[in-house]
Amino acid sequence: MRWWVGKLCVLLLFIILPHAVGTYYVSLAIKMLIFAIFAMSLNLLVGYMDLPSLGHAAFFGVAAYAVAILSKNGVESVWLNLMLGIGMAGVVAAIFGLLALRTRGSYFFMITLALAEVLWGVAYRWRYFTGGDDGIPGIARPDLGFIGWSLGDATIYFYFVFFFFTIAYILISTFMHSIFGHIVVGIRENELRMRSLGYNTWLYQYVLFIISGLFAGLAGSLSAYFNGFVSPADLSVRVSAEGFLMVLFGGAGSLLGPAIGAGSIVLLKNMISAFTARWLLILGMIYVFVVMFAPQGVLGIISKLRLRNGPKHQLALGRQHL
Amino acid sequence: MGYWIVQTMNGISFGMVLFVIAAGLSLIFGLMRIVNLAHGCFYALGAYLAIAILQWTGSYFLSMVAGPCGVAILGMIMQRFFLHRFPKKPLSQILLTLGFVFILEDLALLIWGGEHREIPKPPLFAGVLEIGDMSFPTYRLIIIATGILLAIGLWLFQEKTIMGATVRASVDDPEMAGGLGINVPALFTLIFCLGSLLSAFGGAMGGLLTGIYPGAEWEVLLLAMAVLILGGLGSLKGAFLASLFVGLVDNFGRVLIPNLALFTVFAPVALVLAFKQTGFFGK
Repeated sequence: MRWWVGKLCVLLLFIILPHAVGTYYVSLAIKMLIFAIFAMSLNLLVGYMDLPSLGHAAFFGVAAYAVAILSKNGVESVWLNLMLGIGMAGVVAAIFGLLALRTRGSYFFMITLALAEVLWGVAYRWRYFTGGDDGIPGIARPDLGFIGWSLGDATIYFYFVFFFFTIAYILISTFMHSIFGHIVVGIRENELRMRSLGYNTWLYQYVLFIISGLFAGLAGSLSAYFNGFVSPADLSVRVSAEGFLMVLFGGAGSLLGPAIGAGSIVLLKNMISAFTARWLLILGMIYVFVVMFAPQGVLGIISKLRLRNGPKHQLALGRQHL
Repeated sequence: MGYWIVQTMNGISFGMVLFVIAAGLSLIFGLMRIVNLAHGCFYALGAYLAIAILQWTGSYFLSMVAGPCGVAILGMIMQRFFLHRFPKKPLSQILLTLGFVFILEDLALLIWGGEHREIPKPPLFAGVLEIGDMSFPTYRLIIIATGILLAIGLWLFQEKTIMGATVRASVDDPEMAGGLGINVPALFTLIFCLGSLLSAFGGAMGGLLTGIYPGAEWEVLLLAMAVLILGGLGSLKGAFLASLFVGLVDNFGRVLIPNLALFTVFAPVALVLAFKQTGFFGK
């Protein structure tokens, strides 16, 4: 019961937020939400399946490019574009999953990295289609199609993204608490045993891989509209790596941890780049710091403290990853 | 006809640079199973340091030796104080070395800027070798010769020396090797140093061949991984042949189908990973 009150408060906070702070912070919050969706989707692989994907930007970027190319070619409907963007990410995930899921561990991270780099290379070199490294600028946020709401307005776009974040959270949470989620966690803990129990472990992992790609595609589509611009950077290993950091920073294998990790990293990036151009240097140091001193993620530390002086809560689903 | 021979030659010389880098990665990842994403950064640093030392002292010899040694010291610090603590934990290794990639990338950008830099061709090898009506730049021939010599040297080291046997023993069974009085941790640090030294030396060669620029560290890392996967982890012969293959495919890919440049290399890699993970020569 108390848990619901907490959720309601957070919901109210997000509804009030755009009216309480300036436009700058609203757009910062939008960015945090987009990357929260991205990190939650990556967490399905890293946290729930123990598969260290370093190519998650592929799904993010493909969806972003799909939205950009569609809206540049006269497809106006935001809903249609989102659906096609997410669909494209799903198709790519379905193809990549066939190859990547044949491998485990270090091989998995190499194959995902390689596949994503191939897409990056295509986006970078295939000027006719993708604009090369100039990218595709000028993606307009259209009207929603009812009661005259235009996504061009930052507040409305914030609500729009927040709506999708909530949907993503509810879907992932329902999913992971269902039988399906428990089977996936079972496979993570002991694949051989699950297989001998008669589960088609590959199929479960493949389905989750595609679902993960779909949500990453959602984040990518939203990001294309948010920036009004896509470039090969959206497909680059840096996006994948940042997603990876967000997941581990928040705590892999917990539901909200990655979202909180994403929020923290985006916020940190914003604060640091305000007074120095050496953001990357500091980001690198954060990586090293997290591995050396907070291997369970920030939420992991908090939940450890909680476990010591109170009842355990849902974070118990998570586990130590580093 | 001459055009194709020259292109083949370019592919082979780039393949040799790849071999030197991949041989380093083969020690670190193939042999010791440490995921080191900063391996490409070692390459880039090798090239940048070589350029800096050359400008400073004017000596090609010093730049080819001192630069890689500097990088080897960096490798030692990374292994000794950081990676050493996370044996057999690929997630930690990935995140940790990613951190180092970002730190080193940003430092390199700060110090050397974002433009394309090249090591000027040594005057001794600036000429061309004319065979019939075709001409080969001498420095490319030197790079190919260096690659072949290094391959032979590494093979001899690994297979024919006591040191090589010690290394192989320590990797196969660290506890037993330790019991026999081998200082395994120190040996692992040494191998890691050697791996980073090779990558940095590859950087010095590559700086001469293609130049160095931001982003090269990722390109090179991916190509070196492609080499290891195709050749099979831990096989020196496999790495050598795969380097030639990747060098040629990459070069002809760039020339013939520039739109799909990376695709030509990684499509075979993805297939090998998916269907024959041990590569063509792996055990």
